[in-house]
Formats: sequence, structure tokens, C-alpha cells
Amino acid sequence: MIEILAVLGFPLAGGLLLAAVGHRREAAAANIAASLATFVASVALTARVIVDGPMLVLDRLFFVDPFNVFLVTLTAFVGFTTALFSRPYMRVEHERGHVDAVRLRLYHSMYQLFSFTMLLALLTNNMGILWVALEAATLTTVLLVSLYRTPASLEAAWKYFILCGVGIAQALFGTILLFFAAEKLLGAAGGALLWTELNAVKGQLEPTVLSLAFVFLLVGYGTKVGLAPLHNWLPDAHAEGPTPVSAVLSGLLLNVALYAVVRCKVLVDGAIPTAFAKNLMMGFGLVSVVVAAFLLSRQKDVKRLFAYSSIEHMGIITFAFGMGGPIASFAGLLHMTVHSLTKSAIFFAVGHAAQKSGTQQIDGIRGLITASPVVGWGLMIGTLAILGMPPFGVFASEFLILTTAMREQPWATPLLLVALGIAFASIFSKVQPMAFGEPSAARLPHRPAMAPVFVHLAIVLMLGLWIPPFLAGWYRQAARLIG
Amino acid sequence: MTASAFLSQFAQVALALALAPLLVGWVNQCRAWLANRSAPPLLLTYRTIRKLFMKDAVVASNASPIFRLTPYIVFGAMVCAAAIVPSLATDLPFALAADAIALVGLFALARVFIALAAMDIGTAFGTLGARREMFVGFLAEPALLMVLFTASLISGSTSLPAIVDTLAHRELAIYPSLALAGVAFTMVSLAENARIPIDNPATHLELTMIHEAMLLEYSARHLALIEWASALKLFNYSCIGLALFFPFGVAQGSDEWTAIAISVPVLVAKLAAGGFALALIETASAKLRIFRAPEFLGTAFLLAVLAMLVKLLLGN
Amino acid sequence: MPPFYAQLINLFAAILLLLSFAMLSQRRVLSLIDLFAAQGLALAASTAVVAWGTGQHHLYWSAGLTFGLKVLLLPWILYRLIRRLNVNWDVERLINVPTTMLIGIVLVVFSFNLAVPISQLASTVTRSTLGIAMACVMLSFLMMITRRKAIPQVIGFLSMENGLFFAATSATYGMPMVVELGIALDVLVGVLILGVFFFQIREQFDSLDLKHLESLREVEE
Repeated sequence: MIEILAVLGFPLAGGLLLAAVGHRREAAAANIAASLATFVASVALTARVIVDGPMLVLDRLFFVDPFNVFLVTLTAFVGFTTALFSRPYMRVEHERGHVDAVRLRLYHSMYQLFSFTMLLALLTNNMGILWVALEAATLTTVLLVSLYRTPASLEAAWKYFILCGVGIAQALFGTILLFFAAEKLLGAAGGALLWTELNAVKGQLEPTVLSLAFVFLLVGYGTKVGLAPLHNWLPDAHAEGPTPVSAVLSGLLLNVALYAVVRCKVLVDGAIPTAFAKNLMMGFGLVSVVVAAFLLSRQKDVKRLFAYSSIEHMGIITFAFGMGGPIASFAGLLHMTVHSLTKSAIFFAVGHAAQKSGTQQIDGIRGLITASPVVGWGLMIGTLAILGMPPFGVFASEFLILTTAMREQPWATPLLLVALGIAFASIFSKVQPMAFGEPSAARLPHRPAMAPVFVHLAIVLMLGLWIPPFLAGWYRQAARLIG
Repeated sequence: MTASAFLSQFAQVALALALAPLLVGWVNQCRAWLANRSAPPLLLTYRTIRKLFMKDAVVASNASPIFRLTPYIVFGAMVCAAAIVPSLATDLPFALAADAIALVGLFALARVFIALAAMDIGTAFGTLGARREMFVGFLAEPALLMVLFTASLISGSTSLPAIVDTLAHRELAIYPSLALAGVAFTMVSLAENARIPIDNPATHLELTMIHEAMLLEYSARHLALIEWASALKLFNYSCIGLALFFPFGVAQGSDEWTAIAISVPVLVAKLAAGGFALALIETASAKLRIFRAPEFLGTAFLLAVLAMLVKLLLGN
Repeated sequence: MPPFYAQLINLFAAILLLLSFAMLSQRRVLSLIDLFAAQGLALAASTAVVAWGTGQHHLYWSAGLTFGLKVLLLPWILYRLIRRLNVNWDVERLINVPTTMLIGIVLVVFSFNLAVPISQLASTVTRSTLGIAMACVMLSFLMMITRRKAIPQVIGFLSMENGLFFAATSATYGMPMVVELGIALDVLVGVLILGVFFFQIREQFDSLDLKHLESLREVEE
């Protein structure tokens, strides 16, 4: 219990503290320290869960099971490495006059609060609090996306706010319907929004209400996951915000939103005898993969390019969870992990590359390997990893998903294969000249923080070759839960 | 069918014919008071009608029989309507012949003939007025029908006396649907009776007039009949409104002579209040441009539809 | 015949629906804020009536929260914003009023149909108002789609929140208090952030017209 409070307490305290003291030289270090403390607490929580198993604490308010414990650790870890990356990155932005001290203060405190909301969303047992935390996550990131106050960033933030706001309002309606269905069984005071309670009685929940609720919940949280056709905000928010924000949006927020969808799906699957929820998720997932793959080839901004790649991967994961079954769900969880690590690593490399070249346009970034071998190779390896080249973890999870699809949903396999092929061709053909070719980049005054990139990629590589037994055990247990 | 039923039917029509000009006079008087003007005499409308009847009629040389017939048709339609609307009693032998939808049809018949007559002579104003009248009518009629449907949904019948019977006997409760329908009906009545937000009965300003523009060619007894018919129309609409939304005091079952006797002063009192409310609305609002009429009547239609939907959903 | 308080709730529901339509057709921004405040008032009143009629005392808190937030605080913030931003314009819309109204009626019919099977399962006396709550949500959604300027869109968003609150009250006698508080906090913070945001937008574009915010495209030329 103390671990949970620490996991939530550090980012909250850090956020409030950073907002209170204002921008100092030490703010970036304090940001890293708070993230590190959160990460350490999450490791402690993980250790506790390994020893004691799932826990339900504080009047059933918080709940840790194999499904969310690894996401908590992942979130804290990527939060920590992104903080490491953001220190030199934001210093350059500050020196170039893109952000002033006031905005840096906003940036650091919102960064911590954003971590807090995501961890709260993951840890809470209450579907209502889950909603509140996700909405709060939107609010904290809106200001981060518009940090540069350029016309484009304002537009991106506005779109982000309105689309996600409307989307999340649908999710609230879904939550109300869920509460409505559960209230009759559990009573208004009996914690009818507590996921553990709902899960215990899911077989008796009213199917009509639950199917309608799931439609609203999927559309609502799906907007935040970036599922097509609700994905419109995602590329803009990724491209126009500061790169560390793009990294945490892609690497963490999408995962957390998808986590919310899957939690709901578990309940709905239990209540409805048909495969309604599964089909809906498969449909949305497949559409996202195909739409994103086709839009990838038309992108000229490197951050937008990888934002569309995030949509594609979220589609794959949603599809995997939609198929269900021990293998597909296992692969979905693995893919969540490796995508999060790889994509944030890519954004770190892209951030440095864009800073070196002074532009985010793909045409303007050339010859990174000559100009800065670490950044160039980091980007190249990350790209190969995200495209599913063996032996990286993405290959393993995509392979599992595709083979399961061939067996269970053969009609979907060609679509997936074609989309993955197109995505491969468009991303590789765009990134290859960025890495090789005539250099166009200038030297940076600061050493890039490339350690996070290679640590992430090393973990992804490891997950492709060998999954630690406790992690595999969690995946298996979570997959059994997801069904 | 008792003799008393026929008597109450007769009394009702006679009362309508007699009271209609008085209602117009009362509304005009109230408007004058509210506008701080000295009021015209209450009985002015009677005198105007009498004066017009005593004059010789002048008819345009190219007028067709339609032009001559129209005043009688319009007047006849309004008298029929007055016989259908249960203003004094609900046991009306004549009302069995026609329900609320037929009533709307009667009003439409009068409108069509008056528009035809206006175009018959071929003057510019007549055609203009006719076109505007049909425009307003085309927007107002659906809304009126919707209001009547809402009332019939509540009572389960489209026959006006049956509606009044049900509504007067219901338990005292809040009916959101009737409130919405009431507002919609008021708006439709204003438009249909050439009242202020849509038309101004007191003006002959050529750019704005609708109803008056159609009557420019009429004189003497024809004009008297049409003026009387207009007064009857206002009276009928008021009675429909009172019957639907304030049905209390209308005599039910014809045997109770006392009930009918009571219902007359009740009706007069309700009409007086209604007339005052009408004058109040007219004084408080400004005339809309004719192109804004669709919005006004569209709102009325919207309210009427909402009333019906709310009735269907909430059950009251 | 339902009990008196249920009739009152139905009345407030009808008023809410009416106000949603009024907001949909309103031309001026200041009147739009007034209508929003009136909607909040109707919502608070109906919540209070539910609390009184059913003895669900936590709903009094919810009603008070709605009153404080949506009748007093948010309209006040919006008013101040408009004065500070010095914008007082008429609302531009993408579709004309009668068409919007017709679409609105279709949406109402749709949501009534959607709500009927659910409200039949509900055990609350207020269940029949669920359809109206859904209709309010849909109408606010329509308002957000048809408006061009930033502030009307935000009011549409807030009014959608009103509809959702009403849905929660009518279907279930309200969500647990901690959730309601969280939602209220989110709404408040959201509006404050938007306030900051408006200033940023105006600083950049000298206007709050959203047509300036249409440069980012799916496919870059």
C-alpha cells in the first residue's frame, strides 16, 4: 500500500513543487529526480506484487493485478527516461528562445502531473476515477502541446482538446450506463463502479445496457487511443508539441487509454454471450491499421510520420485484444510494452535530429549518421525495430498476432499484411535518406542524451529474444483475464 | 340527441356571432391602453360592420364569381368552425360531423378562397398579399396540426369535444407537453390571425401588410362579411386555445342547464383574459420582417413536435 | 399518475430540452451564456427535486455543486473572459437555423428511441427522462459541430456535460460522490485552461474564429 501511495505521491508532489518554485537551473534535475523516485517506487510495487500477488487496498480504491502492474512500471520507466532526454532537449529549446522560463515551469510541473494522472488511471479500481484521471491527462497535455504558442501548435492543442473532450464525454456516458447496469446488482453505495466488484458480477449485468455502454466507452476512450476514424487529433498533437511530450503521448497515454478500453471489454465480454465487443474492437483496430498505413506514405513531417505509425500499432494491439485468446492477448500485451519503448526511443532520436537540423521536415534532415553517429544509428535501429524486423520484440509480438489471425480470422490476415507492407515501405524509404545521404545537420552545443534510446532498444531486443519469467507469467495471467 | 344539445349548439353559434366583434374591440382597447393611447369605443367593430352593410357594394368590372362568392364562403366556414369548437358545451350534435383535422381544413378552405379572390382582380397588392398569406399558412398549418395531435394523443381522440372532456376531467398535474403545445399554439394563432410579430392588423403600409392587402378591393357587405369572418376566426382560435389548455368551466352533458348557464360568463371571463394577454403580447413584441416568419413559425412547429415527443416519452 | 415530484422532474426535463434547442438557435454569445446558466439552474433544480422526492440525500450536494459551478462560477468566468477578450460578436454558424432545428428534431427522435429499451430496465421514478438527457447530449454535440467560434464550441461542450449529469441523475440517482467531485474538478480546470488558451489563440490570430485553425491536414501537400 505504501508503494502505491509513493508511486502516486512522488509525481503529484513533484508537479506541485515544480509549479510552486518556478523555473530554476535545477528544475530539469528535479524533474528527473521526481521521475526517478516514481520509477523506484514502481519497482518496489512490482517487487511487492511478485512476492504477494495482486492487491486491493485503501477501501478497495486501488487495485494492482498482473494486467496493470507491468504498465505501471513501464509508465514510470518511460517517464523517467523521457525526463532524462528532456533535460538537454529543453535546454536547447530554451537557449534558442522557443520557450521562456515561465513556460518551462509550466512544462515541468505539467509533465509530473501528467505522469500522476496516468498512474492514477492505471492504479485506480474505480471506473469513474479512471475517467476523471484520463480527462485530467488530456487537460495537462493540452497545455504541453501548445507550449510553443505557434499558430500550428495552438491549432493542434485546440483540436486535441475538443476532440478528446467530446470523445471522453462519450466515455462518461458509457460509464454512467455501466454504473446504471451495476447499481441494481451492487447497490448505489456498494461500489458499483469498482472494477473488482463489477468483474465479480459481470455475468449478471444487463446485456443490452452493457453493449450500448461499450459502444460509448470504445468510441470515447478509443478517441484517446487514436483509433481511426477518431484519430484526427493525434498526428497534430504529436507533431506540434515538444518532442518529449510526443514521446510520452505515444509511449504512455495511448497505452493507458487502451488499458481503459480493455478493462471495459473484460466486463462486457462477461455480460454479453456474443462476440460483440470483440468484433467491434477488431473492426476499429483493422480500420486504424489500414488507414494509418495509407496515410503514412503522404507525410512530410517526421514526427507526424511516427505519429501515424503509433496509430497503426495501436490498431494492431486493439485488433489483437479483439481477437482474444491466450496467444493474441499475450501478444497484445507484449506489443504494448515494446511499442511503447521503441516509439519513445524513436522520438528521442527524432527530437535530437530535428534540433540538429533545425526542422522537422523529412526533406530537411539528411545524413544523420555522418553528422552524429549515435543519433543516426539510434534512429535507424529504432525504425528497424518498430517496423518489426527480427530479432526485436516488435517482430515477436507481430508474428504472434499474425499467426493467430491466420488461424482465427483468416479474412483479416491479408489486410494486415498489406498494411504492414505499405507501412514498412513508406517509413523505411523516408527514414533511410535521413540516416544516410549528404549531411545537413549542424553540431549541437550539448551532448545529446542518447542513453535512454539505447537502453530502450536494448530492452526491446531482449524482449524479442527472451522474456523474463515473471513478466511472461504476468502476461499469461493478464491474457487469461482479458480472454 | 336531446333538444338541449341542439339548443346549446345553437346558443354557441349565436354567441360566437355576437361576441366575435366585441372580442376584436376589446383587444384593440387593451392595446390602446397598453400603448397609453385613448382607446377606441368597445363597440366600434359592430358599428363598422353595420355601416358597411348599409352601403352599396362596388365590384371591379373584371371580377369573376369567385370574387363575389368568397365573402360568403369565408364567413360560412368560420360559422361552421364556431359550431365545432366546444366553447360552451361539449355535447354538440354538429361537432360529430367534423374533428380537429377537419377544423384545420375549414380554416385552410377559407384561406384558399380569400387568396384566390385577392388574385382574381389582378392588382399588384392582392397578389402580393395572397402570396404572403399562403406562405404563412403553409408554415403555420403543420404546427397547428402538431398541436392538435399532441392534444389528441393525450385524450386518444381527434374529436374536439372528446379532447375537452378528457382534459377537463384529468387529474391536476403538470403536463410539460401541454405547456410546450400551448406556447406553439399561441405562436400559430398570432400568425394565423394576422397579429403582430407576423402581420399588423392596424396598418396599411404596403411593404409589410399581408391580410389587409388581400381585402383592398372589397367594399360594403362583402367587406363587412370578411371583417366579421376575421373576428370570428380570432374568436374561434381563442376558443380552441381555451378549450385545449383551459378547458375548465365548459358544460359537459347537455342536461345540466345550469352548467350551460354558468359556462357563458366563464367563457366571457376567459376570453377577456385571453384578449388582454393577446394585446400584451402584441404590445411587447415588434413586427418581424416577412423573411423571418419561417423562423418564427419554424420555432412554433419545433415546439409542437417537441410537445408530442415529450408526451410520447414522459407519458404526460 | 406519478407523484408530484416526478411531474416536477419531467417539467424540468422538458425545460432542459427546450433550453438545448434555444442554445442551438441562439445568435448572440452573451445570451448563449445566459441560456447555459439557465440550463444549469434547471439541472440543479431537478437534482434537488430528485433528492427531495427520493430521499437520496447525497444528491443535495450534487445539486449544490451543479448550482455553484454551472450557474454561478462558469458563467461568471465566461462573462469575464468575453469582457477581457473584448469580443461581443454574433455567432456564426455553418448551417442555417431551420436546418439545424430539423436535424435537432431528428436527433431527439433518435435518442428517444435509443433510450427506451434502457429506461424500461431502470427502477428509478425518473427513468423516462433518460431519453431527454441523451437528446440534450446529442443537441450539444450538434451545437459544437455547427458553430465556428471558439466560445460557443466550449459552451456546447459544457452543455454536453450538463446532459450527462442529467443522464446520471435520471438513470441512477447520481454517480458516487467522489466521481462527481472529480468530474466537476475536471470541468472547472478545463474551463480555466481554455480561458488561458483563448488568450493564446487571440494573441496569435487576433480573433477567436476557428477558421484560422484549419491549416493542419491529414495529408500534407
